[in-house]
Amino acid sequence: MKSLAELQAIRERAKANLDLRKENPNACRVFVGMATCGIAAGARPVLNAFTEEIAKRGLTDSVTVTQTGCIGICQYEPVVEVEIPGEEKVTYIKMTPEKAVKVVNDHIVNKNVVTEYTIGTMGK
Amino acid sequence: MYRSNVLVCGGTGCTSSDSLKIVDKLNEELAAKGLDKEVNVITTGCFGLCALGPIMVVYPEGSFYSMVKIDDIPEIVEEHLLKGRIVTRLLYQETVEKDTIKSLNKTAFYAKQKRVALRNCGVIDPEKIDDYIAQDGYAALGKVLTEMTPEQVIQTVLDSGLRGRGGAGFPTGLKWKFAAANDADQKYVCCNADEGDPGAFMDRSVLEGDPHTVIEAMAIAGYAIGASKGYIYVRAEYPIAVKRLQIAIDQAHEYGLLGEDIFGTGFNFDLQLRLGAGAFVCGEETSLMTSIEGKRGEPRPRPPFPAVKGLYRKPTILNNVETYANITQIILNGPEWFASMGTEKSKGTKVFALGGKIEHTGLVEVPMGTTLREIVEEIGGGIPNGKKFKAAQTGGPSGGCIPAEHLDIPIDYDNLLEIGSMMGSGGLIVMDETTCMVDIAKFFLEFTVDESCGKCTPCRVGTKRLLEMLEKITNGQGTLEMIDEMEELCHFIKANSLCGLGQTAPNPVLSTLRYFKDEYIAHVVDKKCPAGVCKNLLEFKIDKDKCIGCGMCARKCPVSAISVTDYTAPGKKKPAYAIDTAKCIKCGACIETCKFGAISKG
Repeated sequence: MKSLAELQAIRERAKANLDLRKENPNACRVFVGMATCGIAAGARPVLNAFTEEIAKRGLTDSVTVTQTGCIGICQYEPVVEVEIPGEEKVTYIKMTPEKAVKVVNDHIVNKNVVTEYTIGTMGK
Repeated sequence: MYRSNVLVCGGTGCTSSDSLKIVDKLNEELAAKGLDKEVNVITTGCFGLCALGPIMVVYPEGSFYSMVKIDDIPEIVEEHLLKGRIVTRLLYQETVEKDTIKSLNKTAFYAKQKRVALRNCGVIDPEKIDDYIAQDGYAALGKVLTEMTPEQVIQTVLDSGLRGRGGAGFPTGLKWKFAAANDADQKYVCCNADEGDPGAFMDRSVLEGDPHTVIEAMAIAGYAIGASKGYIYVRAEYPIAVKRLQIAIDQAHEYGLLGEDIFGTGFNFDLQLRLGAGAFVCGEETSLMTSIEGKRGEPRPRPPFPAVKGLYRKPTILNNVETYANITQIILNGPEWFASMGTEKSKGTKVFALGGKIEHTGLVEVPMGTTLREIVEEIGGGIPNGKKFKAAQTGGPSGGCIPAEHLDIPIDYDNLLEIGSMMGSGGLIVMDETTCMVDIAKFFLEFTVDESCGKCTPCRVGTKRLLEMLEKITNGQGTLEMIDEMEELCHFIKANSLCGLGQTAPNPVLSTLRYFKDEYIAHVVDKKCPAGVCKNLLEFKIDKDKCIGCGMCARKCPVSAISVTDYTAPGKKKPAYAIDTAKCIKCGACIETCKFGAISKG
């Protein structure tokens, strides 16, 4: 190794996977419903899309993506809940990997809830 | 990018209960479910809670599964990793509180700990240098080489107040300063990883869980004193540690973090492993260096101290594994940060290997000044089976015991010396009321007699005579004069032995004499062992009025010492049994068999 910059580059590369192993109570949390209903409706690609997008943006130390069980609204799966500390929990329904990318960009990064995907639009 | 990390402990404790097979099974199940690209399985170093191994932690949830069995894996993969439903039944039950699951760090075992030397154990994969670098690894070396002079490095270590964690507690910065002050064409940096105390495994866990921290610190030490070569002396009985150290050294070479012109600063440093054959005396510094040179491991008189003439008669520093594990953190966080932990004269934290009669056998790291009571009762979870605490042995065969009256003493180097024990490398063996203190002293003496290298007479002959006297006492042939004689001999051995082994060998005897003299007296005057351990002083008896005459004990007795009598107790249907004490070998099998509590020893 010939410079500190090289070391820094390796650190940046390796950090994202290690952030996953730290418990951060102030982190923004993304819950993806992964019960049978969720998986059947396609929750796994959604979960992976969140993970990828958050890693790509270098947000692994401030956002935790977690699986959760069935929330009880199986007809609206895949269901994703986003919890930013100090703010009300937002529930997104019928998620897709494309929608996941938008939620990360608009809601998690820019703090604008993507209203059209939320459970509030149910039945409209 | 993985969405989930599964950490499985790959320390020696968990490995011996098949944790590596669990890793294989996990990978197999994950592949079968198509989750192998989403879930990353990592073999880490020791988590510390060895009593509950094999240990497995799943992130990001932080779920702590304890005593995992191979058969549990399909369920954990299916439920937790596929469907996101934590298998509460298999969690470490202390983390489960009604409906919520507590973080591992909030459990009694971890809450009071402060992990500095163990910071990466159970977090990183010790076989991946990238994991270490992600945790600011090699940043301290980078900082030292590019921003600091060797004098500044030494001053930082001096200011931190770090003292040698091998046991004696010599200020580390001072050692470095002496070695730096001596001019020579070649100097050496050595690491003492010859952990030999019975019951101690702190160094092994650091080497297994975070080998790079030792390598990085040794390179820093090399820069500070002007050395370009180093040796890690590790015992061959630590195969996992040896393997991971070698991997770590190779990876550091590959990245150019060892070798020539590190970080383009012109600083060269290289490291080699030396395997010890397991002689206890090789943990003593002059013997260790003699052994590295390829000679028989025997001590030599000091001075000259290693800082003047050490390995190959060149200036050398020798520090313990745990001492090195603190160095990078002192460089990165500053000496003030380190000095803010601990007591006035003992700064920082100390790792203890908890063993013996304690609920949570394992590895704990606490700030200096933590009381023994906190370690034993809170972190360690107390004594199993409702027994009473009698004493704790620190410092192994060189240390002494701490009785219940000193449970509230803040543990640091000086306080322990004052009460006749010593910090030692950190083995902490807890003893309850069923432990005989004379027997414990005998146990440690047997160890030192075995391990004495034989070079000097006080140690070679003195410890042998001491052991003979202890054997007589535990056999019921002791006299009161013998106790006085023993004490005198102890002081003689201490004052005249060549190296630390002999100088400290009598400590277990002296400290048990100091706090438990009544037990010695019971052995020599009453010919009784109050704890019921010393077999020759025990007599097994059947209470003829409690005996129902079932004959179970007689069938169990391996020497047919139990036979039926012609006495039948009132209210009993069959005649009672009795033990022929002449035939009895005091194995205790009858006591374990009797369901009626009719057999006693004493």
